[in-house]
Amino acid sequence: MPAMNKDELMLRIQALEFTAVDLNLYLDTHPCDARALADFNQVAAALAQTVAVYEQMYGPLTNFGRSQSCGRWAWVEQPWPWETQG
Amino acid sequence: MWVYEKKLEYPVKVSGPNPKLAKAVITQYGGPDGELAASLRYLTQRYSMPTSQAKGVLTDIGTEELAHMEIVAAIVYNLLKNAPLEQIKAAGMEGYYADHDRSLFFVNGDGVPWVAAYIQSKGDPIADLHEDMAAEEKARSTYEHLINLSDDPDVTDVLRFLREREVVHFQRFGETLNIVWEHLSSRKVW
Repeated sequence: MPAMNKDELMLRIQALEFTAVDLNLYLDTHPCDARALADFNQVAAALAQTVAVYEQMYGPLTNFGRSQSCGRWAWVEQPWPWETQG
Repeated sequence: MWVYEKKLEYPVKVSGPNPKLAKAVITQYGGPDGELAASLRYLTQRYSMPTSQAKGVLTDIGTEELAHMEIVAAIVYNLLKNAPLEQIKAAGMEGYYADHDRSLFFVNGDGVPWVAAYIQSKGDPIADLHEDMAAEEKARSTYEHLINLSDDPDVTDVLRFLREREVVHFQRFGETLNIVWEHLSSRKVW
């Protein structure tokens, strides 16, 4: 994965997760589509990898134990998603 | 159980304070065809769906609608955040300001508060899925009206994304209706 800054990493996570959301809904009504299933698993793996890179640098993205908080409680340090503009 | 992801499903940017646009867009927060109504409708109807597939679709689309509610909230919040009082008055939002300042509340564009009567749960999967398909078309239509009204290209971009999702959800609910129909008509009678 090429080096990316914080905004680029977030955009990549948003793109990957959106793809996963859309494939998820499609697979709900087309569970036997092997190509969609392969795509879903590929996207899910890339998403997990990108989230891990982001969280290591900028703190947890998910609450309730889905992300670790190393050394200090980082959950409340980063701005909230609606605070993207100054 | 739900967990929260500290991110938006789609990035939100606004060009500047715009209470006039906020007054219109807020209807997708707390209006009759808005995202709160959508998420609560699907997440409530899912319990009485007859197939695992239908429960999955309602759970997943209901969850995505919560993310859309957050996107709409982020738009309205940023359109109101630094809006001067003069602009708020000019937009006809004095009544909203008196009760809520620049915070978020579940109302439609005319300030009418959200009511549970906007949604239904009949316990009849055929009736419920037809309601869901209609709800998606009404939301698509509302987003088209909002796109017509928008004078902020950044907001229009997000509204287009949300409109597209209504089209996809309609498609998935239509497929679910067919699956449920098949399930019900193939049920064994002993």
